[in-house]
Amino acid sequence: MSNPVFEVENLSLHYLTRFGNKIHAVTDVSFTMQPGEILGIAGESGCGKSTLVNGLMGLFIPPLHPTAGDVRVDGESLMNRGTEDIRENILARKVSMIPQGAFNALNPTRKVRDLAADVIAAHKQGANRKETYERLDERFALFFGQDAKRILDTYSVNLTAGERQRSVIGISTLLNPQMVIADEPTSALDVSTQKVVIKMIFELLDKGIFKSMIFITHELPLLRHVADNIAIMYAGEFVEKGTAQQIVFDPRHPYTKALMGAMLSAEPGQKSRKPVAIEGAPPSLAKPIEGCRFAERCPVARPECKLKKQELRTLADRLVRCDYAE
Amino acid sequence: MPNETPIFSAKNVVRTFGSGKKLIRAVDDVSFDIADQEIVSVVGGSGCGKSVLAKIMLDLYQPTSGTFLYEGHKITDQKSHWNEVQAVFQDPFSCFNQFFTIRAQLEAAFKIKKDKLTKAEISDRVDAGLLAVNVTPKDIEGKYPFELSGGQMQRMLLARIFALRPKVLIADEPTSMVDACVRANILDYLMKLKEELSMTIVFVTHDIGLAYYVSDRLFIMHQGKIVDSGIPDDVITKPQSQVTVKLLDDVPDIHKEWIKR
Repeated sequence: MSNPVFEVENLSLHYLTRFGNKIHAVTDVSFTMQPGEILGIAGESGCGKSTLVNGLMGLFIPPLHPTAGDVRVDGESLMNRGTEDIRENILARKVSMIPQGAFNALNPTRKVRDLAADVIAAHKQGANRKETYERLDERFALFFGQDAKRILDTYSVNLTAGERQRSVIGISTLLNPQMVIADEPTSALDVSTQKVVIKMIFELLDKGIFKSMIFITHELPLLRHVADNIAIMYAGEFVEKGTAQQIVFDPRHPYTKALMGAMLSAEPGQKSRKPVAIEGAPPSLAKPIEGCRFAERCPVARPECKLKKQELRTLADRLVRCDYAE
Repeated sequence: MPNETPIFSAKNVVRTFGSGKKLIRAVDDVSFDIADQEIVSVVGGSGCGKSVLAKIMLDLYQPTSGTFLYEGHKITDQKSHWNEVQAVFQDPFSCFNQFFTIRAQLEAAFKIKKDKLTKAEISDRVDAGLLAVNVTPKDIEGKYPFELSGGQMQRMLLARIFALRPKVLIADEPTSMVDACVRANILDYLMKLKEELSMTIVFVTHDIGLAYYVSDRLFIMHQGKIVDSGIPDDVITKPQSQVTVKLLDDVPDIHKEWIKR
């Protein structure tokens, strides 16, 4: 086993409201990532995926605060460091993030080349403009090929959504970060564009531009193709973590099963299979919760589920947070 | 009983934007009939013209050439058109005014109706609409749009449709902003709507999985033209056009190879 690229140990995060209440958005998340690995994180809206992303970058902007735990990139801890320090030394260099809908956030008054050159300049990496521009041409040629020069010298408004998203990914991986964290990178794109973007991500990973990636989405069928491992998140906790094959074809936690049941697909003969919605809403995280967090909505819940805290345990080669799962 | 006259009937409809060299034919020579109480999905990638077609159905755009008929006659007055044809849009946050309570806005929607109802009747209809989407009217009493989550807001849009009871619903990407669980929920409500109000529904979406599941007929659009149409099982199993093949191929399905790493 080689050294893990990224290690997360018992990470808990909370938001501090202006009335002094704590909202425990992420509780006790642990995982490690090997070079070349893509980890998919899936869950409903509001389950803490995006909060976790901020924590993984070590970027704590109030009201978000760390409660406990540690995050390490190549052995270097990201906890308890100022935002300035993180921005200067970690972001883009070690850990890079592709935020949700980033392709709509490109400055329309500047060319893609200038936007990309800014990233290099901000991290004091480029010697002069000529060298920076050459570097950009080279990097963009990796995934745009012949089109690289045209894309770089266009204003972002004149590019299609797919070209913009690929430019954003190109820009965020300019400084060869160890880790890329992508928060719903393709959910606003149509299926054909999505495929092109995913292909580009695979190419960059193969060429060693970045070492490993966390891919956050709520589309489980997509994760089955993209990710090596999948973690399912519910109400701030990982409820199941295993390989993509295990999670998609053989889910064990009741929540994962319910998620799979809510999926739609365009395969012949699947029309009779009705997607089943999960009734109810996730619990409020303002108060500490005793017992299983999914108990309220769980189809197979037992009376004792609401009282007894569930811990992650190994079941059929993966981790499951349910004592009664089989 | 379904009516004999088609709800929408389009003949050689063209809608262009711009002029000269920059002329874009967003909808290019499209002809179709949509029958009463039918569920039709218009599927295509970004920029294929599907939303423009939806806007023509809502009389927000007029066709540049060709004829577009609603129940056999031309659409003349937007207000009377919207009395019977209503829409659900993609982004619920841009559909509600942040400065008024949700309830006030749901009640204000009745101003479009031709038959004027009394205040008590409107209030009852709104309550019924809210209950239909599993929201207790008390829960949103005095609430403003920013106090609700995305999924709840999308349900408010559907509650409005339940309350107004239109004849035709145009749903433009109603589920693309929400996660899979909420999507399954919203589809349940839409199917319930169809059953209860015997509505005609036109779905506009890029999700062929969703379209396959809900509709009686599929239209596949590409570059302004309808390149493939038919009942879902035929379109999926015997695609007539390369566009459909590519669209199906690009959907990441669980049981199918997609991209190899």
